[in-house]
Amino acid sequence: MPAQMSPPEALNTLSAGLILLSAFAMVATRQVQGVLRYFVIQSLLLAASCFLLGFAFHSVHLYVLGAITIVAKVFAIPWVLKRTLARELYVRREIQQVFNIPASLLWAMFLAIVAVLLVSPIMALTPDVIIRINFPIGLAGVLIGGFSLVVRREAIPQLIGILAMENGAFFAGIAIAAELPLIAELMVAFNVILIVVIVGLVARNIEETIGTTEAGALQELKEEPVPWR
Amino acid sequence: MALIAVVFLPLLAAFLCWVPPFRKGAWFISVVCLFLDLALAVTVAAQVISHSHVIAVPRWVEADGLSALMLVLVSFVCAIAALFAGDYMRHGRGKKHRNWWFYCASNLFAFALIATPAMADPNLVWVGVELITLFAILLVAFERTGSALEAAWKYSMLTMMGAPISLLGFLVLFWAYRGTGAQAPETWFTLSAQATTMSPALLRLSFLLVFVGFGAKVGLAPMHTWLPDAHSQAPSPACAVLSGVKTSVPLYAILRMLSILLASPTARMGRWMIVLGIVSVAIAAFLLLQVREYKRMFAYSTVEHMGIILAAAGMATQASDFGAVSQMLNHSITKSLCFYVAGAVLITLETREIKSVRGLLRVSPFLGATLLLCTLAIAGAPPFPIFLSEYSILSAGVRGGHGLAVAFLAALIVLAFVGIMLQANRMTFGSSDPSLEQHTSGVPTTCRLGVIAAALPVVLFGLYIPGPLHTLLQLAAQQLGGR
Repeated sequence: MPAQMSPPEALNTLSAGLILLSAFAMVATRQVQGVLRYFVIQSLLLAASCFLLGFAFHSVHLYVLGAITIVAKVFAIPWVLKRTLARELYVRREIQQVFNIPASLLWAMFLAIVAVLLVSPIMALTPDVIIRINFPIGLAGVLIGGFSLVVRREAIPQLIGILAMENGAFFAGIAIAAELPLIAELMVAFNVILIVVIVGLVARNIEETIGTTEAGALQELKEEPVPWR
Repeated sequence: MALIAVVFLPLLAAFLCWVPPFRKGAWFISVVCLFLDLALAVTVAAQVISHSHVIAVPRWVEADGLSALMLVLVSFVCAIAALFAGDYMRHGRGKKHRNWWFYCASNLFAFALIATPAMADPNLVWVGVELITLFAILLVAFERTGSALEAAWKYSMLTMMGAPISLLGFLVLFWAYRGTGAQAPETWFTLSAQATTMSPALLRLSFLLVFVGFGAKVGLAPMHTWLPDAHSQAPSPACAVLSGVKTSVPLYAILRMLSILLASPTARMGRWMIVLGIVSVAIAAFLLLQVREYKRMFAYSTVEHMGIILAAAGMATQASDFGAVSQMLNHSITKSLCFYVAGAVLITLETREIKSVRGLLRVSPFLGATLLLCTLAIAGAPPFPIFLSEYSILSAGVRGGHGLAVAFLAALIVLAFVGIMLQANRMTFGSSDPSLEQHTSGVPTTCRLGVIAAALPVVLFGLYIPGPLHTLLQLAAQQLGGR
């Protein structure tokens, strides 16, 4: 890495590393509350990166985006989850997953390497240090979030998996599309909150009707007839 | 100004349905607002035909031929679905006092569907497609039975996984656009103007990400597994909108991206689109042979048609583009008709299974005749519009030098035809089961009206396409960038 990084850029690199680490932590956690806690930490790091880069580029956009991230992902989303799914959130049982924790971590590491390899031809096109750090790590965040969604068998961790993927996309976005129109950013943040409200409601209905939010228990719909009554 | 009204009228309708004193009249409000919306969409289309580009709010809300076509299609299907829903929701299962919620959610859904094609900024199109997905979850989960909730959960997880991936795709698109040094704000129109100067590598990456993310929402194989569940568990009027237009709106965004990519000389991807389209058609065709529920049968046929449209757009000639947009139009009107008929059969006979429906022509001549009509039309039998557009796609493919692809497509379309007609044959003809005779309470009025109103264009457009509609289709095809 070149030595002429300014302090905010260097701190952004630190934040990038910690964001990747928090993605790994989400994969390695066995309890619902822990996953939520690491998601909040990851969102805080994302907001920190927004402020740092906003300071470095003198971009009001990025400051606003950081503020939106804190309001939506650090406060609103955990609050909504606690309101709709309190019982499932504080449950003490371990999350069921397809792979055990060490195997999951190996997969996550593999995905991080894949992300770096995938974007390496594109990274050759740009000399921008920030993009070269944020884009591969953001893509790794998207892939690892998607992986945790696929292997988890519980509603809330799956939902948080989607939100973690969104964090990854944003982390790449603050480097490559910092000047995105503000209205688009606001709509995207609104959309994220709406995801939590609507999917949270469906999860609560599932809990009330079927008695569990283990998505692995949802096995009825296959190529077999479903009775009308 | 008509364009602004088209976008926001369904939102107003949703709000009115939510206001407690109006909840009893939710059906009436929906029907009035959505039919008014259809009239407004037609005026927008007329403006587009005479000016080729309508600007309501510069940079944000604009419409060209392709968007106007989508606006008319979406508002048509939503309006008829609202009409059909009246007696369906009164007769269906589920608690009747919650029906206002169904109308509220379906108006929100209509709002997102109509707003998406009217947005000029690609990032807002992403937001629109995500809103479509979210409001669709409310409709799929509406009946709150175990299987409806299961379908809703699978649907939301599979399709929302695509959301961050396609978001990243749109951000890369923005990056590629800014990289050209262009100062104008990013819209679909400035993007196609700059297509030749954007970095092909970035364009390809952006297209791939959007394709994976939105392809899951379109139901392209292998990301189609949620589609039959969701499209069979939602209430039938919602299924008509889901299958008829909800799948084509994300496809509209993919086609816009594809047109930018095709304009860039070194970033061509048409051949891959043909291959992926054929894969979807193939998977759907084989699943159609073994399906057991008629609503799932129509859902698989949607996967087939999406694949055909994608393959046609990938051929990228002017003729195949015209075939692709006609197929989009014909799919929407025919598939929505199929789900109205399926819904009418479901509330009359109270069974979802193909094997328990026998001799429908005897049990109810109206249902039997319309089921035969809509299955013939959706499978692509000659006097119907889908036959015409499929034929024009295949002949355009031959002229464009895609002989092998056309051979595969034709064989698979015939296979799907056989699959659908075998099932339809079993359901309509033969002697009826005595246990079915007791259910002949007759088809409720608004359901009957909805089926007839939806059947009119299906019958008409196979014989005669009105001049203005033909012009609109040509304008829409131009936007796909074939040469």
